[in-house]
Amino acid sequence: MSDGERLWIHGGRVVDPSQDLDGSAGIIVENGKISAIGPDLDRPEDAREIDASGLIVAPGFIDLHVHFREPGGEHKETIATGARAAVAGGFTTVWTMPNTDPPIDDPAAVGFVKAAGEVAGGARVMPIGAASIGMKGEQMTEIGELVAAGAVAVSDDGAPVAHAGLMRRLLEYTQTFGIAVVQHSEVVELAEGGVMNEGAVATALGLRGIPNVAEAAMIARDALLSELTGGHLHVCHVSARESVEQLRLARGKGLRVTSEVTPHHLILTEELVRGYNTEAKVNPPLRTARDVEAVRQALVEGVIDVIATDHAPHHYEEKEREFDDAPFGINGLETAFGLCMKALVEPGHLSLADLIDRMSCAPARIMGLDMGTLRAGAPADVVLLDPVGRWTVDPTRFASRSRNTPIAGWDLPGRIRRTLVEGETRYDAEDSR
Amino acid sequence: MSAAASADSSTASAPPLGKDLVGLEGLSGDTIRMILDTAEPFKEISERQIKKVPVLRGQTIVNLFFEPSTRTRISFEFAEKRLGADTVNISSTGSSVAKGETLVDTARNLEAMRIDMVVIRHGSSGAARFLADRIPSNVINGGDGRHEHPTQALLDMLTLRDRLGKIAGLKVCIVGDIVHSRVARSNIFGLKAMGAEVAVCGPRSLVPVGIEELGVRVFPHVEDAIEWADALNVLRLQLERMSAGYIPSLREYNRVFGVTRNRLEKAPREVIVLHPGPMNRGVEIDSDVADGPQSVILPQVTNGVAVRMAVLYLLAGGRPEAAEDAKRGSGGQG
Amino acid sequence: MTAAKEPHVLLDAPGVEQALGRLADEIVAAGGTDDLVLVGIRRRGVELAERLAALVEQRIGHPVDRGTLDITLYRDDFAQIGTRPLIGTTEIPGDLTDRRVVIVDDVLFTGRTIRAALNEIADFGRPARIELCVLVDRGGRELPIQADYAGLVHDVAPGSHVEVRVPAEDGELCARVVQGAEEATNE
Repeated sequence: MSDGERLWIHGGRVVDPSQDLDGSAGIIVENGKISAIGPDLDRPEDAREIDASGLIVAPGFIDLHVHFREPGGEHKETIATGARAAVAGGFTTVWTMPNTDPPIDDPAAVGFVKAAGEVAGGARVMPIGAASIGMKGEQMTEIGELVAAGAVAVSDDGAPVAHAGLMRRLLEYTQTFGIAVVQHSEVVELAEGGVMNEGAVATALGLRGIPNVAEAAMIARDALLSELTGGHLHVCHVSARESVEQLRLARGKGLRVTSEVTPHHLILTEELVRGYNTEAKVNPPLRTARDVEAVRQALVEGVIDVIATDHAPHHYEEKEREFDDAPFGINGLETAFGLCMKALVEPGHLSLADLIDRMSCAPARIMGLDMGTLRAGAPADVVLLDPVGRWTVDPTRFASRSRNTPIAGWDLPGRIRRTLVEGETRYDAEDSR
Repeated sequence: MSAAASADSSTASAPPLGKDLVGLEGLSGDTIRMILDTAEPFKEISERQIKKVPVLRGQTIVNLFFEPSTRTRISFEFAEKRLGADTVNISSTGSSVAKGETLVDTARNLEAMRIDMVVIRHGSSGAARFLADRIPSNVINGGDGRHEHPTQALLDMLTLRDRLGKIAGLKVCIVGDIVHSRVARSNIFGLKAMGAEVAVCGPRSLVPVGIEELGVRVFPHVEDAIEWADALNVLRLQLERMSAGYIPSLREYNRVFGVTRNRLEKAPREVIVLHPGPMNRGVEIDSDVADGPQSVILPQVTNGVAVRMAVLYLLAGGRPEAAEDAKRGSGGQG
Repeated sequence: MTAAKEPHVLLDAPGVEQALGRLADEIVAAGGTDDLVLVGIRRRGVELAERLAALVEQRIGHPVDRGTLDITLYRDDFAQIGTRPLIGTTEIPGDLTDRRVVIVDDVLFTGRTIRAALNEIADFGRPARIELCVLVDRGGRELPIQADYAGLVHDVAPGSHVEVRVPAEDGELCARVVQGAEEATNE
């Protein structure tokens, strides 16, 4: 958006939980920032107009956990295709995980990801740096250097930081830079090569299972380390009811522990794996209805803070394999809003405003980002939503390079109509008709 | 004959087993009974001097074995040849991914060669279903990972029926490493469908989580299992379980869980003993039991050929048009 | 000519018994009763073979071997029918090499059943002589096969078939003509 150009978004229902706003209002955008917002604004001169009649106007979604496979896995996704898939899903900012090939464990790699994101013309890309060199879980990366190059957090996701001593040091050292340690919580020895949830379904199918305890035990350990050190622990993709118990305990003690849950763990269960459906193979695995209920309830209460997709694109040939050999992962950016509407808002567990909070305001809040809000002065990251329009999931029409999702053909409520990043329209549903 | 027979004899009506035999899960008692009944006349053919009938003459069957297995492969080969088919054995060990040819490519090659039937044994659970969904040939599961080994369970049930006269109401306990056993799973599915009561017995580390939800009782001690059961199906304990830490030693396993003469004698009735083979004598089963009057291990082997002939016979009617109908209907499940 | 709805009886029970008596006489008259085996084809040929054997035994004064043959696995129309008929058991008393085998069946029609029976018998040895004895020969041959002994020869037009009923299977003994094509079953 060029200097001096103004944008006038009007006619819609503005829902901004960060300001307790829910009603008709107009928004004026200037120089890529929100310059004014309110119900009685006058239409400014020389402004381009966006007519949001019939739509919800909300702060753009923020996804703290995506995997863009560049460098090394470009056949699955690139930073460009991933960033465009993000805006198609209503996300204006994404945090990218460093488990690429080679991993993002030095400042040059961080700079590469940032630069690629800047020219992608999609969501804002903020790289997470590796917590350990080569993601081997042995030695800490030069975190200060990574942050200086633009890293917003550290993680070895894909794998946990297994060594307790290293985890302690990370939680201590990251405080110097005010960033979180983002942990894929899994005790690998308990997961024991499992490929789905441990239980009756795995037993009937003859597949190795990953027990709930593999996740909960790691969260318990890391929460205690956070308590000891005062560091910020952010727990990835919570899936198990025992994990929720641990998070409640941490909340109760007032610890600096935040957490996220994926849209798929809010509604899908292990039953989808029957028939050896590799599209349903994901880590942590889809679990039982009891677990789904527990994590959903936790999100509603705020025991789990945010929704994050863990967008994990995989090429169809890789998923077209025996179950044991197929890679873990679900492609989630473009289905996130619709799936969450179906899982949470439609059945009445969460209001639309609270959903927007969990997808936009809360991620910004827990990570200290000046985003996820339509307050004057904030970047004009805006999403226009149609909360009632229904659509059928068709992976062949994804903006993502990959198509791996277990919900192909599902009918979902809630469409993204337009996504703006810093006032610039990066996605318009009209164009992709 | 079942309702599958149609009034119009000129077209292929719904084949009784569908296109494939991937497992016993989901098969009805009637279907299993039909397979066992069909096996009976095939026993007689193996007693003839000319052990061959022309039923599958001109058909090509591939035995696709990704895991080494002499006895199962030979049993299938006998069954195929006694039905007059041409057989080709393909063995290939190691993960297909590691070798660079995926199971998908193997499937496509088989289809291109117009193979009529494939018997597959593979290390990954779900591999048989994977293949069956991708090729029009009949696919028989010769054992996929830890999932199912349907022909083994069928021959186990035939043997039980021969010896005890029935299956419904029998109490059958599977003893050993249940977690890693496809024989156990197929037996559980099959026996339950036939109305038997099923239990498992083994060290807790080798009994899978959630097994009770399959309608199976768990006996922590083999003495209790023997007291309860009409028949024991004793599974081979693989040596790797010891090195992986599931049990401390084979000697301890035999002392605590071994099916021995002493233990059997304490039972209130004569308990029949089955074993899928090959046996670790002195580990899960003692020699005097394996070679004794309560053992039906050798009849199992004989029945194995007859059961496999019956399965091949029943599936051979279910191809192309019939196969498509079967996939859409419930017949394609098996 | 008649579009008779009721089955038209060719031989009633006494008629069948008479026919079987004549057949037994002919079989004995042809000689070679020392190593005779009467092999009945499942299902109805089996009871007929049983009755015939008893009648032959009466005439020659010593026991006669019997066998049963299920020809399902030797049919030549396997690929067409698709359904898998139930297979009955085949029981042949020992090696048939050098013996006189008389195949016994209820109705001779296309000849394909007998061809299957000949193939199967060959798997049990090399008989000195194989003969065919049927209760009714209804014509309509598709193969060069003939009956050596026939109780009744009666041409039946296409569109009808001949059915023999025996007490063990059907509760009565007779041979009759029935409207409609024969079902592809175990016959």
